[in-house]
Parts: sequence; C-alpha cells; structure tokens
Amino acid sequence: MKIRHLTALAVIAAGAAQAQTARQLDQQTAAMMRASFRDQGIATVERLNQDDAQKACSQAKPPSAAVAKKIETAQLAAVKWPSDGQFIGDWKEGEKLAQNGRGMTWTDASTAAAKNGAMCYNCHQIDKKEISFGTIGPSLWNYGKLRGVADPADPASAAIVKYTWGKLWNSKAYAACSNMPRFGHAELLNEQQIRDVMALLLDPKSPVNQ
Amino acid sequence: MRSTRMMAAIAAATAAFTAVPLLAQTQQPKSAADGIAEYRKMLEDGNPAELFEAKGEDLWKTPRGPKNVSLEACDLGLGPGVVKGAWVQLPRWFPDTRKVQDLESRLLSCMQTLQGFDAAEIAATPFDKGEQASVTALAAWISSMSRGMKMALPQKHPEEKRAYELGKRAFFYRGGPMDFACASCHGEDGKRIRLQDLPNLTKNPGDGVGFAAWPAYRVSSGELWSMQRRLNDCFRQQRFPYPGFASDVTVALGVYMGVNAKGAESIAPAIKR
Repeated sequence: MKIRHLTALAVIAAGAAQAQTARQLDQQTAAMMRASFRDQGIATVERLNQDDAQKACSQAKPPSAAVAKKIETAQLAAVKWPSDGQFIGDWKEGEKLAQNGRGMTWTDASTAAAKNGAMCYNCHQIDKKEISFGTIGPSLWNYGKLRGVADPADPASAAIVKYTWGKLWNSKAYAACSNMPRFGHAELLNEQQIRDVMALLLDPKSPVNQ
Repeated sequence: MRSTRMMAAIAAATAAFTAVPLLAQTQQPKSAADGIAEYRKMLEDGNPAELFEAKGEDLWKTPRGPKNVSLEACDLGLGPGVVKGAWVQLPRWFPDTRKVQDLESRLLSCMQTLQGFDAAEIAATPFDKGEQASVTALAAWISSMSRGMKMALPQKHPEEKRAYELGKRAFFYRGGPMDFACASCHGEDGKRIRLQDLPNLTKNPGDGVGFAAWPAYRVSSGELWSMQRRLNDCFRQQRFPYPGFASDVTVALGVYMGVNAKGAESIAPAIKR
C-alpha cells in the first residue's frame, strides 16, 4: 500500500519534472530564435513574433480539436469580404499571379502587395498545361467545374464562391494549421489580386475549368 | 587543360539538363526526378566540387593567418588532425569551447585559436568573400573525407541532447508573413515545390538525401554551398529574418537533421541542379 503510494508520488514528480523541462526548452528555443536572427532589408526580426495561430501550430503534434476550433473561429471573424461585393476578377491576371513566386524575402525591395506573386503553382496543380507544379497542396484543376459553378454570379454558387474567397484571404479560418499562407489577412495580396486568383479558379472561361 | 575539358562537360550536361526533364515530363509527371538523377549521374565523374576539395585540402595544410600556422592540429571531434570520419559525427559537443558545434562553427574556432583569425569577423563576412570562401572550401574537403560513411552524430552529452530538442522546436517554429516553418516543406514524404523534390527531414530521408548531401556544388549558381549556406537560403525562402552564420539555431537544426539521418550514407559534397 505504502509502496504503491510512493510509486505514484514518484511518477507524479517525474511527470512534473518532465513538464518543467519541456517548458524550459520552449523558453530556451524562444531565446535562441531571438539571438540567432537579425534584420535584413524588409525581413525584420519582428517576423519571429508569433500570433495565436502560428504558436498553436508550431509542434509536431497538431493542437487539440478545441484549440483548432477556437483559432478557426477567430480567423474566420477576421476575413474581409470584397468591399464592393465583387468576388471575380480577370483569370488572365490570376494566372500571372499564380505563376509568380516572388515577394517578401530579404532580397525583395518592398512589402507592398502589388509587388508580390500569389505563388500558387509552387504547391498546387492548377492549369494542366503547366507541368511544373508542386504537390504540398491539392490539385486545383477543374476547381470550379468540379464544384458545379456554371456562373459565379448565380446565387446557387454563392456558398462556394464565398468559401473560396475566405480560403484565399485566410486559410486558417477553415484549417487552423493549414500550410497555406493567409494572403489577405497577412496583406500578401490586395483585394483586386485576390479577385483575379478567384477568377482563375472559378470563372467558367478560365483554362482551369475546361 | 583538365578544367577546360571539365567546363565543356558541365556545359554539355547543363544543356542536357534543360532538355531531359521536360521531355521526360511530357510522358510521366514523376520522371522529372529521374531526369535530374540521370543528369547528376552524368556529372558524377566531373563534380566541380573536386576543385573546392583540392583548395580546402591546401588550406588545411598551409600555414596561414596572423600566427602563420596550418589547421593540422584542429580537433574536429575525433582528435587533433583527424579528418576522416569527422564530418558524419558533426555537429557534436566540444569540451574546449563548451559548445555544440557544426563543421563551420568548429572551423571558425580553429581558425581563431590556431591561426589567429577573428572568428566573429569571418562569421559577418558575406558568403564566398574573403575567409568565408576558405571555410566553404575547407568544409568541401573535410566532408569529402567521410564520403560513403554513415551519419553517426553522437547524442551522449546532455548538451547534444538539448541541442536536438531545440533544433526540433526550431524546425516546427512557424512565423513570418507566410506562416512557414521548416516543417511546412520538409515534414512529409513525397512532396514537391514546383518540380523540386523535398526531403522529409523529420526522419531519415535516405542515403545521400537532405543532411547527408551537403555541402554541395550547385550548377544553377556555379557555387559550392555549405550546410550553413543551404540553411540561410531556406530561411530566405521561408520569409524569415537573416540567420547569423554559425548561430545557435543553425547548429541546433543541424543536430536535429543529422541525428534523424542516422545511418544514411553521406555523399557530400554532392552535386545539385
């Protein structure tokens, strides 16, 4: 009885020590990051400051369902919908943006969204004619067609059009630890650029939907 | 004469590189990787890294620096002057500096202590300039002396274990305007950016892949890149701020990747696109 009691205490103590060590290692990591990086051009050390979503998704293990839900709710609330109600732009401009992988590195001169690409092909298949595409994200070939979007202005398409805007604006609104950047939220793309990427994905005339 | 022939071979192979993957690509999406592998095979007999290796060996053996001594008494972890096999056990704990050090940071220590160079000044020098170019050439030769050996980083010292834990945390650390961590690209098997295959560095990615392939000669830039340079450009693309040369985060990441790669055969210095 007594022995079992002592064993239980020892287990609790070991657990506490382990938790303490993990917390210490987290603190040491934060200090190491601060000490190891410096500003270079537009890439300043403030980029190491994590928001709640970044912090919760910085471990090998994903956060609990409850934490993920909380992040998604907060991120969805932060989505800005198009100021004039226009969701769809020019797919030709969208294709150019999708091809362009530039922007926001310390060798880039400006953080202005107008200088950035949308870098979609880095991670996604989009127009099948482009054979140089990445595979970190799912294929977006026939994105609108597969979702039955015959006319993006039709109220029947409203839900998928709105979701797609939200996903491009803030991917974490739908998946807390998505690998995809938050293009609108982080000011990587402006409203018009997002409209153009929307057109690439949803315009029935876009080569993506042929 | 030899180098002229080598350059011609590189030019021919580079021309083939641009053609082969595209042709292969039209038949089958995955065969771009085969095209690149084929191209690497073609270059194996004339990897320009050899030129850096020869320069590195000279730099190791020649008396240099304010004290005019060679690096032959430098301890890379296996005892003073022992080069063979040292690379596959780095980064590791060094009792004299009381730090876990990777190859480049250890070289800085030796260049300062033995030769009288200013390590901080070399660390602050841009890549490929001045004594930075010496460190790169030394890394090429030293790693070549472990070619064909298996990665075997020690994890006995508590500081080596701590460095692994810090490196793991740094690997998963998300930040910057695009929310990227190392793990965003290197956390899963079989992923690509455009046509570039991405090794999964959270485990042993295989012989001669990932940590077991650097330093490497990069045909696209005509430069030899040490692991420090490789990490520097990863952080640039991650949209992070600038990592200090031989800074703690770079060494900790080396420990994390190197320990994960245990048993993988080193092909460094490799040749890359």
